[in-house]
Amino acid sequence: MPTKIEKDTVSGQDTTGHEWDGVKELNTPLPTWWVYTFYACIAFAVVYCVLYPSWPWLTGHTQGVLGYSSRAELAVELQAQTKARAKFVDKIRATSLADIVKDPELFNFALAGGRSAFQTNCLQCHGAGGAGSIGFPNLVDDDWIWGGSIDQIYTTIQHGIRNADDKSRQSLMPRFGVDGLLTGPQVAAVTDYVLSLSGRAKATPEGAKIWQEQCVACHKADGSGNQELGAPNLADNIWLYGGDRDSIYKTIFYARNGSMPAWGGRLDEATMKMLAIYVHALGGGR
Amino acid sequence: MDARLQDEDAVSLRTAKAELPLYITRIKVYPRAIKGLWRRVKWAVLVVLLGLYYAVPWLRWDRGPDAPNQAILIDLDGRRGWFFDVVIWPQEIYFVTGLLILGAFGLFFATALFGRVWCGFACPQTVWTDLFMLVERLIEGDRNDRMRLDRQPMSANKAVRKTLKHAAWLAIAAATGGAWVFYYVDAPSTLVKIFRGEASLEVYVFIGLLTATTYMLAGWAREQVCTYMCPWPRFQAAMLDEQSVIVTYQKWRGEQRGKHKAGASWDGRGDCVDCNLCVAVCPTGIDIRDGQQIECIGCGLCIDACNQTMAKVDRPPNLILWDTLANQQAKEKGATAGWRPVRPRTLLYAALLVVVAAVMLGAFWLRTDTELTVQRDRSPNFVRLSNGDVRNSYAVKILNKSREAQQLRLSVEGLPGATVGFVGAEIQGGTAGTQLTVHPDSVGTFRIFLTVPAGSAPSGSKSIEFSVGDTTGRQRASHDAVFVGPAR
Repeated sequence: MPTKIEKDTVSGQDTTGHEWDGVKELNTPLPTWWVYTFYACIAFAVVYCVLYPSWPWLTGHTQGVLGYSSRAELAVELQAQTKARAKFVDKIRATSLADIVKDPELFNFALAGGRSAFQTNCLQCHGAGGAGSIGFPNLVDDDWIWGGSIDQIYTTIQHGIRNADDKSRQSLMPRFGVDGLLTGPQVAAVTDYVLSLSGRAKATPEGAKIWQEQCVACHKADGSGNQELGAPNLADNIWLYGGDRDSIYKTIFYARNGSMPAWGGRLDEATMKMLAIYVHALGGGR
Repeated sequence: MDARLQDEDAVSLRTAKAELPLYITRIKVYPRAIKGLWRRVKWAVLVVLLGLYYAVPWLRWDRGPDAPNQAILIDLDGRRGWFFDVVIWPQEIYFVTGLLILGAFGLFFATALFGRVWCGFACPQTVWTDLFMLVERLIEGDRNDRMRLDRQPMSANKAVRKTLKHAAWLAIAAATGGAWVFYYVDAPSTLVKIFRGEASLEVYVFIGLLTATTYMLAGWAREQVCTYMCPWPRFQAAMLDEQSVIVTYQKWRGEQRGKHKAGASWDGRGDCVDCNLCVAVCPTGIDIRDGQQIECIGCGLCIDACNQTMAKVDRPPNLILWDTLANQQAKEKGATAGWRPVRPRTLLYAALLVVVAAVMLGAFWLRTDTELTVQRDRSPNFVRLSNGDVRNSYAVKILNKSREAQQLRLSVEGLPGATVGFVGAEIQGGTAGTQLTVHPDSVGTFRIFLTVPAGSAPSGSKSIEFSVGDTTGRQRASHDAVFVGPAR
């Protein structure tokens, strides 16, 4: 600090005492309000560092004396939400699926809860509106592989299809071509027969014979399928793996046997009930 | 470039820098009390407006057991606006927009006719400032007393008066904030809760906020709000013209101004005796004799002041008066020019006012208690069923604004051969059609499926119409939609 403050003769202002090649710096202090705001910010920061998590360590960070954490705050909020919903959720758990549908209040709650659970857990395969895609069934139409009643839908959600769950829905279509049960031309002949069920090709006697021998046990003589065995209806022109000749040929040659996880271990009972009601209400429910 | 010009520029810049700082400290205005016609008008307007503002939330209106009994209540939590027997839903916010547009055009219209009458008489800033000034005058005295008091060093008298004044200001400000909150919550029960400390945080925050703004704007900022903060004076010039009636000093009659001794002749001089009373009473601290100024709020107090002086010196009144600039220019030349209130500008504003008001009245007249909206599911666009039928699904929402449950029949036009399907408990199908039950004062949501046989499904999209109606035919609503079939 210079001992003597020099005044600039032109502007009448004090100088700082700094001089570079004869150019002197004027002392123009910050406005008082600015300086005090700045001090207040520093004080705020110090208090904040003491109260809240702030400084990083190598393995973590200071916790702050208030013990605040945003995760804990979220947990509290979630708990409050769960508590607020508990009245309805308990009622849903205690009420049978058939009775929930009859109670307007419960039904609307279940639809909203089911929609939310569907958006989180199901839409990855079945699509946002439940329209499905190749290999993942459409849940909006009335064609059901394992049954479209509300209870059947619940069972499918709870135990899944062809997975490690003890009660999962199980069935196995043979790999007719790969395992040598049928030759290539035979598969082609029966493909024509399957197409003829929905009126899209002319069946040959050979195809009809193979159909009788190999397929009717599960898919029934008219091709209407069997929901007990998860054998799809082949006569309605709704296809899980594509309805063109090539896709059907591949289905018979290699078999498909898609699977769905069991949700029993991941979702609670009330959520699965709400999901079943939601899926049933998408439009295809029986 | 001209060297002389350059030189002058340099000089003026330096002078400007030295003499005009960017920040001008406010020169405090000490308006003097005045009695007169316009002062009385201002008091009357103040009593009516403040009376309405503070009293309206306390009006009661019986709406039956399940509805609030406050005549005017904007229930933000319940998302309803209650205005006597009219209930406004959030969907009808355009009525508020319409009122705001009416307010804006009304302001334009009034300004084109009478200058800044809004600013001078009805603006909350003016009304509350007037009230605060009255309190100030009662406690600290009139202009000269207040100026003297401010110059004095701190004394017991000064401390008591200042404390009293600010306490009174804060009390008025708090009542202002409180009254504001009462428009949004039930007034009587909330008043009790406020004093018991049981009201919600929002209530306290908004009372605090409005207390602070009222105290600051009406107590401290005053004319600075009009001069520096308010955008309205900045563009009001676009509404004013030489035919607007504004507060005017009759220069041709007043000049040459000068002191006048009693009994001296009035020949060869103007009527203005330069008493400066018009300046002393001005709430924005200007001299009306300088002509039109952006600070003038058109309150007319200088008219009262001047008329008082003119009566004293026994000259005709209205040296300062409400008049048009055109008339003043004519009078300067010894003629008169009549006022032309009907001119393209005022006609346009009046027409806009009428059109907006008519549209709003029409919309209000056609307003029904039932509204229908239909949203088609687009994922998937359509569904093909086992038997080849094509189905679309729709989210049908029915607003029931009435206070009774409604039984409505749903019908669909424009899709022959369609069958209506649905899920849900409050919906019944039958030979008479699909019956929907919608609870009072709520929105009913229904999922509706339309199915048509494969043969009659449209290729691509087809316009259809949903409608609902009750058996009496009083409640009817319809909504456009489309049905989408597979492209063929």
